[in-house]
Amino acid sequence: MWDYVKLAVLGLVVVVAAVAASMARDLAYFVHMMVIILAAGITFFWVLRRIGEPVPVVNQNEYMDGPIRYGVIATAFWGVVGFLVGVVIAFQLAFPQLNFEWSQGYLNFGRLRPLHTSAVIFAFGGNALIATAFHVVQRTSAARLWGGGLAWFVFWGYQLFIVMAATGYVLGSTQAQEYAEPEWLTDLWLTIVWVAFLIVFMGTVIKRREPHIYVANWFYMAFIITVAMLHLVNNVSIPVSLLGSKSVPVWSGVQSAMIQWWYGHNAVGFFLTAGFLGMMYYYIPKQAERPVYSYKLSIMHFWALIFLYIWAGPHHLHYTALPDWAQTLGMTFSIMLWMPSWGGMINGLMTLSGAWDKLRTDPIIRMMVVAVGFYGMATFEGPMMSIKTVNSLSHYTDWTIGHVHSGALGWNGMITFGALYYLVPKLWQREGLYSLKLVSWHFWLATIGIVLYAASMWVTGIMEGLMWREVDAQGFLVNSFADTVAAKFPMYVVRALGGTLFLLGAIIMCYNLWKTVTDSPERKPAAAAAVPAE
Amino acid sequence: METYTWLRTFADSWHLLFMFLFFIGVFIFILRPGSKKVHEDTANMIFRNDDKPGGGNTGPSTGGRKDSKEAR
Repeated sequence: MWDYVKLAVLGLVVVVAAVAASMARDLAYFVHMMVIILAAGITFFWVLRRIGEPVPVVNQNEYMDGPIRYGVIATAFWGVVGFLVGVVIAFQLAFPQLNFEWSQGYLNFGRLRPLHTSAVIFAFGGNALIATAFHVVQRTSAARLWGGGLAWFVFWGYQLFIVMAATGYVLGSTQAQEYAEPEWLTDLWLTIVWVAFLIVFMGTVIKRREPHIYVANWFYMAFIITVAMLHLVNNVSIPVSLLGSKSVPVWSGVQSAMIQWWYGHNAVGFFLTAGFLGMMYYYIPKQAERPVYSYKLSIMHFWALIFLYIWAGPHHLHYTALPDWAQTLGMTFSIMLWMPSWGGMINGLMTLSGAWDKLRTDPIIRMMVVAVGFYGMATFEGPMMSIKTVNSLSHYTDWTIGHVHSGALGWNGMITFGALYYLVPKLWQREGLYSLKLVSWHFWLATIGIVLYAASMWVTGIMEGLMWREVDAQGFLVNSFADTVAAKFPMYVVRALGGTLFLLGAIIMCYNLWKTVTDSPERKPAAAAAVPAE
Repeated sequence: METYTWLRTFADSWHLLFMFLFFIGVFIFILRPGSKKVHEDTANMIFRNDDKPGGGNTGPSTGGRKDSKEAR
């Protein structure tokens, strides 16, 4: 019966989307409807072919690892795609001829840039977060994922969101709000998927068999709930037509700017920090085979982080129409954030105390430690750049881009790679990774890539900041904007090369993980029954 | 009174006080006597139930021993 309801709903979606596509007001909307027809159609036939088959019995004494395996594959795939687009646009900035005439309006820098940022943050990072959240919450709750097939809906629904967002960017459907570019239809779909994600996660936490909620789950919960809130408030907009992709935001003026950066900064704070800290607090202790250094400190880290982060957004609007008191508030909270951030960094690093020798033998631990190191570096640099006087030099320059990438490549990238290397042998029941040597190669390529990236952006950022403010004895500006662009060329080439190394490392990782699944010997199941040697 | 005015007044008086006290309260609660055993047990929880949901808190209790960090 339930299957027939599903079929009816999916069929209806296909028909409605087909009608909407035929009446579409713009190309992006038309393509989105086609994507929806395709997704609903495939699901329709998938359900149809299974009708009448006996319902598989769900064993509550087994973990639900299917969506996590798919999530791991999606993370690796979107990671490479996102890094590749990043390398392309880095070369486009260095060599503008790469904005080809034949692809104008589709593949030029302006269209590819949001594709890159969303691909790495939401597709790579988002899939990593969903997969690890499902993995961690099951293991630390000693319970199978709640909600049956809902976890599969979260996975596939999220992929649909990514495809809709990506096609929208290339076709110019954008709200022009950084990191919140998708238009109303895509936003609505993400809301549905995200609520399902929250329900699966909370349902599992509620039915847990452990008395306490492990700290990683607190970070994941803060990430899911806050991102839901940010997404809803920042995307309050009214569609011009239900048959077109364009919408008009309700907020205007400086309020709109403030809400956008309240969203934007907390997307960093809760998506790229809180969520990934959840990863740190589970995978580092697991890989090091030692409990976290101080559990008390980890709880303090959690509460201080979420209490302070939410106020830091105004530092993106220094010296704008935003009231001065709000700017100062944002700056003050950003500086205060330094303390919990470093508390967390110390906690992560000290988890290795007494096991530092593992750094020499285990390249995965090395990756995780470097990730935490970059977390510490980026959370020192950030508060410093939020100070108004520093910001007057750094704002609008490449220093900001360097800062973002030392956080994103160094912290988010490296901790995700570490988690993937940990997860793949576990999820596919392999004895170990195919090659630790390739992990070392990945580690060094990625690290050198990040160093080249960050260093070149520091140089070019501070250089252009100084060039913009340079005045001669009469008080006239010395440099034109084009002068700074010309002066930045060598650093842009170095940056693009750094990105290439990082991409190369990720490709090596994909090969290594693939070979782990196909070529590595299977894990003996006997170990599972053994009593822990404690 | 205008909505903005009373919301603003409430936000920078009573609600600010509430958040401050809550924040301090969290720290006091973390450092409460007897929390050490709970925290050590929770920190070691990740080493249980790796392959199967199992019965939850069935792993050997660490009992707040200092040497529990060397386990496994």
